[in-house]
Amino acid sequence: MKNEHKLPETVLTFIDECLRRTHAESYLIPVLQRVQNHFGFLPKSCLDEVAWRMKVPYVKVTGVATFYHFFSFEPRGKNRITVCMGTACYVRGAEKVLSRFREVLGLSKGRNMTDDGEFSIECARCLGACALAPVVVVNDRVHAGVKPDDVPGIIKAIRSGKAGGVSARKA
Amino acid sequence: MAEPKTISITIDGVRTDVAEGKTILQAADAIGIRIPRLCFHPQLSILGACRVCIVEVEGQRNPVASCSYPAAEGMKVKTSSPLLRRLRRDIVELLLDNHPRDCQTCERDGHCELQNLAYDLGVRERLFEGERKRFPVDKSSRAVTRDPEKCILCGRCIRVCEEVQGVCNLGQQSRGFMNTVAPAHQADMADSVCIHCGQCVNVCPTAALVEHSSTEEVLEALANPELHVVVQTAPSIRAAVGEGFGYPPGTPVTGKMVTALRLMGFHKVFDTNIGADLTIVEESAEFAARLQRNERLPLLTSCSPGWICFMERFYPELIPLASTCKSPMSMLSSLVKTCYAEKNGIDPDRIYVVGIMPCTAKKYEATRPELVTKSGKPVTDAVLTTREFVWLARCLGVDFRHLPDGDFDSPFGMSSGAADIFGATGGVMEAALRTAYEKLTGQICPDLDFTMVRGVTGMVREAMIQVGDRSVQVAVANGLGNAKKVLDKVLSGAKQYHILEIMACPGGCVAGGGQPYPPAGMDVLDPELAKLRAKALYAIDANKKLRKSHENPELMRWYSECLGEPNSSRTHAMLHTRYNAREPRGIR
Repeated sequence: MKNEHKLPETVLTFIDECLRRTHAESYLIPVLQRVQNHFGFLPKSCLDEVAWRMKVPYVKVTGVATFYHFFSFEPRGKNRITVCMGTACYVRGAEKVLSRFREVLGLSKGRNMTDDGEFSIECARCLGACALAPVVVVNDRVHAGVKPDDVPGIIKAIRSGKAGGVSARKA
Repeated sequence: MAEPKTISITIDGVRTDVAEGKTILQAADAIGIRIPRLCFHPQLSILGACRVCIVEVEGQRNPVASCSYPAAEGMKVKTSSPLLRRLRRDIVELLLDNHPRDCQTCERDGHCELQNLAYDLGVRERLFEGERKRFPVDKSSRAVTRDPEKCILCGRCIRVCEEVQGVCNLGQQSRGFMNTVAPAHQADMADSVCIHCGQCVNVCPTAALVEHSSTEEVLEALANPELHVVVQTAPSIRAAVGEGFGYPPGTPVTGKMVTALRLMGFHKVFDTNIGADLTIVEESAEFAARLQRNERLPLLTSCSPGWICFMERFYPELIPLASTCKSPMSMLSSLVKTCYAEKNGIDPDRIYVVGIMPCTAKKYEATRPELVTKSGKPVTDAVLTTREFVWLARCLGVDFRHLPDGDFDSPFGMSSGAADIFGATGGVMEAALRTAYEKLTGQICPDLDFTMVRGVTGMVREAMIQVGDRSVQVAVANGLGNAKKVLDKVLSGAKQYHILEIMACPGGCVAGGGQPYPPAGMDVLDPELAKLRAKALYAIDANKKLRKSHENPELMRWYSECLGEPNSSRTHAMLHTRYNAREPRGIR
């Protein structure tokens, strides 16, 4: 993986747009969201570039970025698996689902991405879909009522290019 | 402008009138009621983070933070009650629970605001026992050591760095238990945009930010029989060091300070003032040359290492305008390790030069790769802050108050009054004008008191000074936030000056990042404190016969015996330096 990430053209255009508005610095979060959408995470070099272009001190950019759990500083896999660990999901066995995912993907403790970069896994506080607990989101597709034994099937489906689940927008 | 409306409120039964918009805490301060506080600082914006300053307001269900709560007409306030005492104690106990239990061995023992507050509030036992945050100490910087475990997240350092200095290096990073005050990316201070001014150290209530300690190396050098250990003291030290020994602010203690240093074992006690005189002779020659050719103007003064570092990170395009003169400390150190060493037959590598400075950035300056001897060793071996000097004297059993006055050692002991005022904002300008005037006109300067450039308040001071048939536009800025404003005007062409003095710290060196913590009843950054210390320096100047740098006979002897002509290729090789743009570049 490259060490130096450069901001993509779309983000540069968006920053220029923001800079023409009043209170340009208040668009910091939308800018960071776009950076994360592009890379899957916030590369250090991009945070510095955002700071430099928006004329917001570096420390404020990293302060905002480290405050919100939404922002990640580690690269994510091609397929992102999010296991909801909110109260409802938790009491209905989300932890077991999570550990099954880690087991199937062969992720040791402290590792969140597979070596081939295909999958990464993360936990969410609450996805707001408690009626569907336990909930797992794979690349914006929602899987409801997931049981540990469903996990191998979900992974297999992704590997063979099937989406599975329901679109997050519909759910 | 309309008079501000006055409102009357009652605090602890005392009726008082305050201007509308004042907070309860400010109103209480004015009538001698000191509400306990921690994150509040009168010179910084209001954060309301610590809640130690809570008071009860009649009609309000819950106590309110008096630092941020505006006084209102007819308001009845109670600053003390069993409930408030209990709540405040709980707040401080919770802070202490997440704080190392090492007061007796802590750098700030005796000067710690948290310790004092806990005492004042009657915290006599520790009721809460919980897990404590764990972070490594960041000793990467030569100027400022950061210990996040001692940080109570009051945010004063963040505010001073942004609001006063315009650097914005520190900020809260991460959240919850992992929340910490650090530079961007939680990088080491050495890899950040820090400019080493040390104002964060000054405002920190605990030992979360302290100067990088050099006392051990100095003690080792003093004990090493191989070394010729020489000390030099900055102009502003003499007006501030007394505070460390119980003298009121603004008491000059030059003589006792010299005797103390001699007792501590330094072989020679030199005065950085002669370095200041040397700087002025060099800098005014440089200025006169540039003025006559009308090139690279305004000349930017270069004595303040915090400012130099700021320029290198934030305004690298201005580097060509900066005077190439080394700071007075580095000039004197260079002279000691060349001419002085030669004349006295001492191997320069066996000379150990210690600077006592009001400044943490000077510690960084001493490590700059440009400022080395022929054999590659630093010209200044160690820098102690005023605070470190006070501690060292106590450690070595020096009874400062009972010492007789001593005199600096020749051949670096004589100085002009122009050098003394270097320690206050505007002082370098005034000193330079005294010499430049005579150099440019060939006539005697009629009035040596350039009062228009004096004053420690935060504003940028400008003046037009008639030098012969020339009108010289001068400006003085102190505090880098102010400097930023004037530099932007210089860059945009909105302002045209011939010479611009910048000191990194608000008020100049008298309020430097290494000066004693203020006495009870005064705050760091208090303009009154800087004023008192500056006043002492101006008094020393006014009482001296010798008030112009270029008339210093000791210095003139060095020129004739060793240095040659001012601003010549020889002095450039020895006494001038260069600057480089530095990464990470600051965002301004």
